[in-house]
Amino acid sequence: MASKDEILAGLAEIVAEETGIDTGEVTMEKSFTDDLDIDSLSMMTIVTLAEEKFDVRIPDDEVKNLATVGDAVTFIDGAQA
Amino acid sequence: MTRVVVTGIGATSPLGGDAPTTWSAALAGTSGVTSFDNDWDEKYGLPVMFGGQLAVDPADVLSRPETKRMDRSAQSAVVAAREAWADAGSPEVDPYRLATSVASGIGGVITLLESWDTARERGAARVLPMSVPMLMPNSPTAYVSLDFGAKAGAHAAVSACASGAESIARGLEIIQAGRADVVIAGGTEAPIHPGPMADFAAMKALSTRNDDPAGASRPYDTSRDGFVMGEGAGIVILESEEYAKARGARIYAYLSGTGMTSDAHHIAAPAPDGEGQRRAMEFALAEAGLTIADVAHINAHATSTPVGDMIEARAIASLAAEHADEIVLSATKSMTGHLLGGAGALESVFTVLALKDRLAPPTINVTEPDPELAVDLVRDTPRELPAGDLAAINNSFGFGGHNVALVFTTA
Repeated sequence: MASKDEILAGLAEIVAEETGIDTGEVTMEKSFTDDLDIDSLSMMTIVTLAEEKFDVRIPDDEVKNLATVGDAVTFIDGAQA
Repeated sequence: MTRVVVTGIGATSPLGGDAPTTWSAALAGTSGVTSFDNDWDEKYGLPVMFGGQLAVDPADVLSRPETKRMDRSAQSAVVAAREAWADAGSPEVDPYRLATSVASGIGGVITLLESWDTARERGAARVLPMSVPMLMPNSPTAYVSLDFGAKAGAHAAVSACASGAESIARGLEIIQAGRADVVIAGGTEAPIHPGPMADFAAMKALSTRNDDPAGASRPYDTSRDGFVMGEGAGIVILESEEYAKARGARIYAYLSGTGMTSDAHHIAAPAPDGEGQRRAMEFALAEAGLTIADVAHINAHATSTPVGDMIEARAIASLAAEHADEIVLSATKSMTGHLLGGAGALESVFTVLALKDRLAPPTINVTEPDPELAVDLVRDTPRELPAGDLAAINNSFGFGGHNVALVFTTA
């Protein structure tokens, strides 16, 4: 199981790979849409890659609740159990 | 009628990552065909283990997110379009007067097949959401429109190996219809994957000269045994003459006429009499207000297949009649391989540069020309073209009986 720090680091790598945003910019309080300018298709790509990386399932209904990077880290952390 | 000019060119090909490098390599008679560095023969029993592979990987030129969002076919198109646009002086065009017409013969087939691999091996939930915008055959023209903010229309003519040439012909029509002042036009293809390679090999369309990749594409040679798969893109910037002159653009050549016909003969084989090919050339010349007597150079479709090469050669010879001696014929696929939907576009770039530099590029690998060949073939080294006003034809034909001829004339 990955720690919250490891989840954040892994998520930052995925976001960087998809969008070109520096991993250092991907911090807990950042909003995917407002701060990182990630569109819905990119968000779905990030979700798909995160599911595989952390071996979790992120239901479609849940994705709209993941406003910030922190929301995603918390959800993945909980879903790992 | 509005005249249309070419003001910018771009390419990424097996001969080079841009148009000047590609052209220099072509004039030097270089082959861009190499062996595959993989195990597709052992793994899949692939009988053809070579192709015209890009000299510069688009992933080395584009940003990582761009590479991840575009199929290799769109990547090549964007690389070539950026070069062509800069070459045209990056004109400040009203977005509503700028269109794109960029085709691929088969679309994002690598993306399609990789997506299916993912679904089969790891489940549908692992398929990436960007797959559809990457695999759709209009993706290259759409990405080019996004890159340059072109809002007058983003088009993609699909006619197999004539797609690139047809897209350039459509570009001319868009300008003449008054729907745009500038069109980014061309074609692209990324078919080097064991799936399409196996498909074309199954048709016995591909050369199997695995022991001599660089010598495998030999249009008009008596020992030709099929075409060589190639990848890459060619782009031209088309403008109305009025618009180009008003902004002081450098003009490479005129796109003076286009001819498009269909054989209605067979889904893959060209009509043996070459009548549709000849008509395409006649229409293009008529539209340009010229006759075959004005033509100094033809960049042939000539893919190095046993049947196809001579059908075209006979069509040219019958049209040229007593003028056959005044035309020099080049088959540049001998060096690049066959870029399918990119072929007509890359060869348009060659034709434009041939007129500009007054040099017809060579055909390599012809050691024993087909005895039936009655047109003057440029072999091994470039041939100088005469001074004065010249016309040149670029032929492209596609599976399905699509025949496209483009007539370019000197600026």
